[in-house]
Amino acid sequence: MASRPAAGKRPPASPGVRLSLRDPTVRALLYQVLAIAGVALVAWYLISNTIQNLETRKIASGFGFLDREAGLPVGEAMIAYSPADSYLRALIVGVLNTLRVAVVGIVLATILGALIGIARLSKNWLLARAATIYVEVARNLPLLLQLIFWWTVFRDIFPGPREAYHPIAGVFMSNRGLQFPSLIDDPAHVYIVAAFLVGIVVAFFLRKWAQRRQDATGQQFPVLWSAVALVFGLPALVFLAAGAPFRLDVPSLQGFNFVGGSNLTPEFAALLVGLTLYTGAFIAEIVRSGILAVSYGQTEAALALGMRRGFVLRLIILPQALRVIVPPLTSQYLNLTKNSSLAVAIGYPDLVNIANTTINQTGQAVEGIAIIMAVYLTVSLSISAFMNWYNRKIALVER
Amino acid sequence: MKKIALMAAGAALTFAASATPGLAQSTLEAVKSRGALACGVNTGLAGFGAPDSQGVWKGLDVDMCRAVAAAMFGDANKVRYVPLTAQQRFTALQSGEVDMLARNTTWTLQRDTALGLDFVGVNFYDGQGFMVPKKLGVKSAKELNGATVCVQPGTTTELNLTDYFRANKMTFKPVVIEKLEEVTAAYYSGRCDVYTTDRSGLASTRATGPNPNDHVVLPDVISKEPLGPAVRHGDNRWADVVRWTFNSMLEAEEMGITSKNIDQMLNDTNPAIQRFVGKTGDFGKMLGLDEKWSYNVIKQVGNYSESYDRNLSPLGLERGINALWKDGGVMYSPPMR
Ligand SMILES: N[C@@H](CCC(=O)N[C@@H](CS)C(=O)NCC(=O)O)C(=O)O
Repeated sequence: MASRPAAGKRPPASPGVRLSLRDPTVRALLYQVLAIAGVALVAWYLISNTIQNLETRKIASGFGFLDREAGLPVGEAMIAYSPADSYLRALIVGVLNTLRVAVVGIVLATILGALIGIARLSKNWLLARAATIYVEVARNLPLLLQLIFWWTVFRDIFPGPREAYHPIAGVFMSNRGLQFPSLIDDPAHVYIVAAFLVGIVVAFFLRKWAQRRQDATGQQFPVLWSAVALVFGLPALVFLAAGAPFRLDVPSLQGFNFVGGSNLTPEFAALLVGLTLYTGAFIAEIVRSGILAVSYGQTEAALALGMRRGFVLRLIILPQALRVIVPPLTSQYLNLTKNSSLAVAIGYPDLVNIANTTINQTGQAVEGIAIIMAVYLTVSLSISAFMNWYNRKIALVER
Repeated sequence: MKKIALMAAGAALTFAASATPGLAQSTLEAVKSRGALACGVNTGLAGFGAPDSQGVWKGLDVDMCRAVAAAMFGDANKVRYVPLTAQQRFTALQSGEVDMLARNTTWTLQRDTALGLDFVGVNFYDGQGFMVPKKLGVKSAKELNGATVCVQPGTTTELNLTDYFRANKMTFKPVVIEKLEEVTAAYYSGRCDVYTTDRSGLASTRATGPNPNDHVVLPDVISKEPLGPAVRHGDNRWADVVRWTFNSMLEAEEMGITSKNIDQMLNDTNPAIQRFVGKTGDFGKMLGLDEKWSYNVIKQVGNYSESYDRNLSPLGLERGINALWKDGGVMYSPPMR
């Protein structure tokens, strides 16, 4: 790396720096410069060529279209959206829909994967077999096929809205999805949520404190129960103090559809179930291999010391298994997020879906693809960064 | 796959100088030297563009492709059909994957300008409508407030739909699905109360779907949908070839020339017919084609009414506004002279 030739390697002919191609440092530098120049040249060629071609064909370019009225119909949105809104807002709706299915999917797939991974190692033959069959089926069928399958199921097995299943008051299941009561907004709700968050933070510090005290004095503290009390008790107190503001918007059938309440569409459900089952199978394998990577001798040793089974898993096996599990888990999270773009096939309005339509309506493919790439890159890098941080946190602390 | 197709389109635009002919070389020369026409068609819409049980493409739009191939090569079969969804079609044309689109595409200002297309004519005048199951008892589109509506993205249809409900102060729940089979499956499964598209598309879907008699197309027409073939903007010689190929089919109908009688017409003394069949004049040279170009179009594909009767009459679509101007319609070719 030094800019001067390393002393002693080759006797310099004269003191001071002499540039010679035979000098490995100079050569390395030269190659780097050439490589960068090459990449820049290619990039320049591609960009200028694209601009010129768009110009020759009179295809519009630039991002000006983003604040034009979109007029697009969008089936579900987490923020208020109407066709009178701009393309930008439509795209944001798409990003949020992508994040919604990805976040829920990651949580569910992790839980499912952990359970199935452990089940595959179970001594219960039936359980282990069932888990194996699930993993093999889910892993080996193309995801697109699975999505279409689930969508067809949700669409076709449920009756129309007029004959909807109605298991409990206010809940309807039909081919329009699951319709259920929702909470009517009240200013106090913000404080209740805040109290909940405060409860979590306090519980976190409580745990740290309890651990330190236990390390120092050996005295135990009922962390679990006090945490539950904090996390749920605080919001409950605020709720009562605010006069128990609890009113429900109960759906009812009006004309063609249900009005009021919240709705879970068949498209979202199909995508979520498909992604969860598919990714869950891969995660199960990762969890299983992680547990197997911890030698059985450790379990035996722990048991010999008189540890209970539950503690062995929590205190001995998992901390070590996690180090094996987390890196490949990260790529499964990334896969799930990227696979959510298959939503297009079943009409869930994710980012790719809305961006594709935007591209078609405005004709601005280059810009549209750039937006898709930028968003996925940002999301993927964020997931990676978070998982890397977590990985470092659980990594073996070497002393 | 969709993403890959779009990426490919993006890449093609990027490398266009090498990948596509549109620039220095005219599409006309490129198609000639390739020996086949790449024609963007429907993925499968009976009457406009769909493969039959033997895999042979049929339809009014397919006949447009065949006619252009007949004019260029004297062989209507020299077509490579590229099935495209509504969303894929424009990038496919822009990037040079197809030489022309004949895929019930509505001529609009934005497509003509910002999307870099040139429409060369209208081979079917249409309008947007709604189809509903009969059992809902709906009589007019004005009764659709609150309904769930199935629609394909990347169409004028989705834009007209939102406009219409906004203008009439009604709401609806959209289900937006790209593939025709999936969007119609969603409608027939009851996921949607309504399916909306061009009325010709509704007629086609209804006729080929399960129990046509259980579904009705509402009388309302909420838009103008002039459907026509399109080429890339700025390639005028190629646009001329496609435009006059279509016009020749109208002109032939007007002069009573059909695929059946054109061989007798070769000996007709009417000067207009003599020019049409290439006996006199040099229209072929002007277009950069063989002098028998229009003879080949009619001989191999037929005139407009033959194409219409073969493809659209079976769907129960009357000629109506698509009749020749002489017969009370708006189909009118500028004179071929
Ligand atoms: N004319 C409208 C709609 C054209 C369109 O794509 N219609 C649909 C419904 S009839 C269709 O042809 N689908 C057939 C396919 O996707 O192959 C437009 O140009 O935007």
